[in-house]
Amino acid sequence: MHDALELAATRPQSAALRSYAPALLIFVVLALVPPIALLGPEGYVLSLTTRMMILAIAVISLDLLLGHSGLVSFGHAAFVGLGAYVTGILITEGVVDAFTILGCVVAASALFALVTGAVSLRTSGVYFIMITLAFGQMLYFAASSLSAYGGDDGLTLWNNAQLLGTGVLDDPRGLFYAVLASLIGAFVLVDRLKGSRFGRVLNAAKSNPTRVTCLGFDVFRFRLAAYVIAGVLAGLAGFLSAVQTEFVSPATMSWHRSGELIVMVILGGMGSRNGALLGALAYVGLEELLSTYFAHWKLIFGPLLVLMVLYAKGGLGAVLAPLTGERPRG
Amino acid sequence: MSTALLVVQVLNGLQLGLLLFLIAAGLTLVFGIMGCINLAHGVQYMIGAYLAVQFYAWTEHFGLTILLALATALLLGLLLEIVVFRRLYERDHLDQVLATFGIILFVNEAVKVIWGPVPLSLPAPELLSGSFVLMDGLLYPTYRLAILAAGLLVALLLWLVVMRTRVGMRLRAGATHPQIVSALGVDIGRLFMLVFAFGAMLAGFAGALAAPILSVEPGMGDNLLIVAFVVIIIGGIGSIKGAFFAALLVGLVDTLGRSLATDVLKLAFAPATANQIGPALASMLIYILMAAILWVRPTGLFGARTS
Repeated sequence: MHDALELAATRPQSAALRSYAPALLIFVVLALVPPIALLGPEGYVLSLTTRMMILAIAVISLDLLLGHSGLVSFGHAAFVGLGAYVTGILITEGVVDAFTILGCVVAASALFALVTGAVSLRTSGVYFIMITLAFGQMLYFAASSLSAYGGDDGLTLWNNAQLLGTGVLDDPRGLFYAVLASLIGAFVLVDRLKGSRFGRVLNAAKSNPTRVTCLGFDVFRFRLAAYVIAGVLAGLAGFLSAVQTEFVSPATMSWHRSGELIVMVILGGMGSRNGALLGALAYVGLEELLSTYFAHWKLIFGPLLVLMVLYAKGGLGAVLAPLTGERPRG
Repeated sequence: MSTALLVVQVLNGLQLGLLLFLIAAGLTLVFGIMGCINLAHGVQYMIGAYLAVQFYAWTEHFGLTILLALATALLLGLLLEIVVFRRLYERDHLDQVLATFGIILFVNEAVKVIWGPVPLSLPAPELLSGSFVLMDGLLYPTYRLAILAAGLLVALLLWLVVMRTRVGMRLRAGATHPQIVSALGVDIGRLFMLVFAFGAMLAGFAGALAAPILSVEPGMGDNLLIVAFVVIIIGGIGSIKGAFFAALLVGLVDTLGRSLATDVLKLAFAPATANQIGPALASMLIYILMAAILWVRPTGLFGARTS
């Protein structure tokens, strides 16, 4: 711990910058996607990259809990689904102003995170994993039985959210840049949080909660705050995904989706600076690639996952570690 | 709601509870003794159902089908343990979640490739295909009663094995103090293998039993698995007794909730509102129950270990 602190303090400015290189590169490339996409199947490329970025927001928020705080939340997709449902229901009821919807999304996901977090964080270890999973399922089944809003079949939106009265979010390119801006915002926010006093308390509590408590910090409250922040960010991802697909379905909350989010965090290397971002992009890319060539791509992906767990710890973040100068964590 | 309907619902609830117990028993042992989260336990239930359909197509004999399905489920459990699981016991929970998630993806897809994505069905055996007169004007399918009987029988056998045999003694000791059991000279590796394969067999048995009353399809075990997790959390991880009572509790609460919630809500709300909230509330009931129980007792009703 002391070594790391001293190292961080004496590390030259360039090294700190270098650790941001992958993220910077990704953002620059992403910003260039819409003009380049004009050359090819524009609609397909834009919708795929937009989906990637939306997932990346959810994964970044999950990494704050999973990688940084050691809280294995297995119900994170519920927040994405909650954000999507609040958006879907409001639009169906005629509320289309993006900021009003966003306000409601933030309030709803913060409230849900506060209530479920207060219960879940009383437990630890496997109990925490299972109880977050159960809360996720609870929301999933609740959404499935909302017969007024599509029930099992999901809810198709006949209208879309409007940003300050304009149709920017309805235009694939406008939406793309809105999502990119949100992604950069989420990345910077979580990155700053991780480096702040708040984040360091969380990280210390990951390795030794008792000691952190003895130092005078109320670990429960720090964790609850992190849980709420992560939940709100995931809700934002849900809002964006509802706006993109103009469709909301209980399937977005199923525990398979939560599992996939965890896989993305691990794939990228949890707790590392760029891991969550890399993981989400790589996962969606891999899925798209494999499923194009082989309908039963899960036959390959499943064993690949098992092998990764057994033999390749640290994910893509560890692969990139020599480039970024970051020390792999595990 | 009439008495007859209530009796039927209680029976259905108990039947769901016993199926859940068969799944949860293996899960709670693997969880409690090896400290291993096995998300793939649900696919073992699914495999049991598919094996039953397949063996029935080959043998056309229900009893033989069940026996063959049990044996094959046991072998598959052993295979899974040897290839993957024994490398996972020492890992942290996150690794276990991920690896078993990978297994789920693989098995669900493999089942789709082998048997196709269309739901299959298995006829109930001739002998049990009729209905049983419970009381005047109340018929109940004999096969469902047979499931109840089979579930109770297995529960009794398990209780005898766990409480009255040497292996059972080691299991109980292993659930609370694995290191000490190992230090006393018990081959913990073999014990683990045995427990895992046995749990897989029980889940397979549940799948084979449920095949005639449910549609056999890919992913059929996935949602039941989560409910089984709720069961073992409520019962307390590692406790067979806890799993038994929690399974019955969850089965009853879920089934009765689904049939009663709307009617109960109609007492307080307008019928339209009740029709809306009723089903949603009913499906959330077991999770609310779990949260409430964890709030009072963070290690479950019969929990021995804290984490």
